[in-house]
Amino acid sequence: MAAVRIPPTLRAEVGGARELEADGSTVAEVIDDLIERYPPLAGQLLQDGELAPFVNVYVGGEDVRTRDGLDTPVRTGDQLILLPAMAGGS
Amino acid sequence: MYAKLEGQNPSGSIKDRIAKAMLDAAESSGELQPGRRLLEPTSGNTGIALALAARLRGYPLTCVIPANVTAERRRLLELYGAEIVESPGEEGSNGAVRLAIELAERDPSYFMPFQYANEANPRAHYEGTGAEIAAALDRVDVLVAGLGTGGTLMGAGERLRESFPDVLVAAAEPLPGDEVMGLRSLEDGYVPPILDVSKLDRKLLVSNTEAVSGLRLLLEREGVLGGVSSGAVVHAALRLADELDEGVVVCVLADGGWKYLSADFWDATDVDTAMGRSVWW
Repeated sequence: MAAVRIPPTLRAEVGGARELEADGSTVAEVIDDLIERYPPLAGQLLQDGELAPFVNVYVGGEDVRTRDGLDTPVRTGDQLILLPAMAGGS
Repeated sequence: MYAKLEGQNPSGSIKDRIAKAMLDAAESSGELQPGRRLLEPTSGNTGIALALAARLRGYPLTCVIPANVTAERRRLLELYGAEIVESPGEEGSNGAVRLAIELAERDPSYFMPFQYANEANPRAHYEGTGAEIAAALDRVDVLVAGLGTGGTLMGAGERLRESFPDVLVAAAEPLPGDEVMGLRSLEDGYVPPILDVSKLDRKLLVSNTEAVSGLRLLLEREGVLGGVSSGAVVHAALRLADELDEGVVVCVLADGGWKYLSADFWDATDVDTAMGRSVWW
C-alpha cells in the first residue's frame, strides 16, 4: 500500500482527494490500481502504455524516468507524487 | 563538495550567461537587428539578465512574469528599464510561457529569445559553466544543478561527461505548491524543448521546506547567502553525497539570496505555507 499525492489538475477525476491509498509493488501496478477505481485517470496518466509526456511520477522524491520508469519498485509506505510537467527556469 | 557561485555574475545570476549567448546568436544570424523589441517569459533572473544585456545593446525589453514573484525581482526589472506584463500567478511559469507565446504571435516586431527552446542556452553552459568546472577540478563525480529550462544540466553535463565520463548528472527540481499549479489539465504541462530527461542520471524533487533547510545550512556553515534554488541544490547534493563512500560533488548555485530578502521564509517555522503561493525558481 502506497500513498499517492494527487495534483490539483487531477482531483476532479478522483472526487476531490488530495491523497489516495493504492496497491502495487511497481509504479505500473499502483497506476493500474488507481485507474481501475478512477477510469478517467487512464487518459490523463498513460499514453500508448507509457507515462504521458506531461506527467511526472516520483517515488521517494525521485522521478521514475531516471529510475526504472513504470517498473520502478514501490514499497509499502512509499509516497508516490504525481505532478504536471512545469516550466521553470526563472 | 564544491559550489560554483553564479550569483557573482554581473546581474546576479547564472542567467547572464544565456542572456549574452542568446543575443549574440540572434545578432550573428541576423534575426535580431536594431529596431526589434525583445520579449521573454521569466520568473525573474533571465529577465534581469536580458534587461542588462538589452539596455547595453539598445533593445527595448518586455518581460512576462507571474504576478506572484518577489518584489525585488520586479523592482530590478523596472530599474533596468524592462516593461513588465503579468501572467496569472496561479499558473506559475507555465502561464508566463503561454502568455509570451501569444504576445509574440500577435506582434511580429517582437523577438523572443525563448530560453526554453534556444540552443544557445545549453551551449552557453557547455562552453562556459561546464568548461570552467572542468578546468578548475581534477575530478568530478556528481554535478548537481537546479532544473528550470534544463540549460545548465544539458550543457554543463555534456561538457563534464567529456572530461569525466562517469560523472553523475543530477537535477534538483522544485515541488511547487498547489496554489501555483493551476493548470486546467495535464495537457497544459510543459517540457522545455531543450531538456532531454534521458540525459539526466537523477532527478530529485525538493520541497520548499527542504530548499530552505539547504539555504540555512549554506549560510550557517559556509557564510554563503544563496537563492531558493541554491538551497534545493544543496539539499539534493547532500542526499547524493550520502550515497558515496568518497568523491567530488559540484553544486551549481544559480543566484544569491539578495532577491528574496522580502520573503518571509527565512525565519518561518511553516515554510511551505510561507512559500506555497509564489514561484521561486
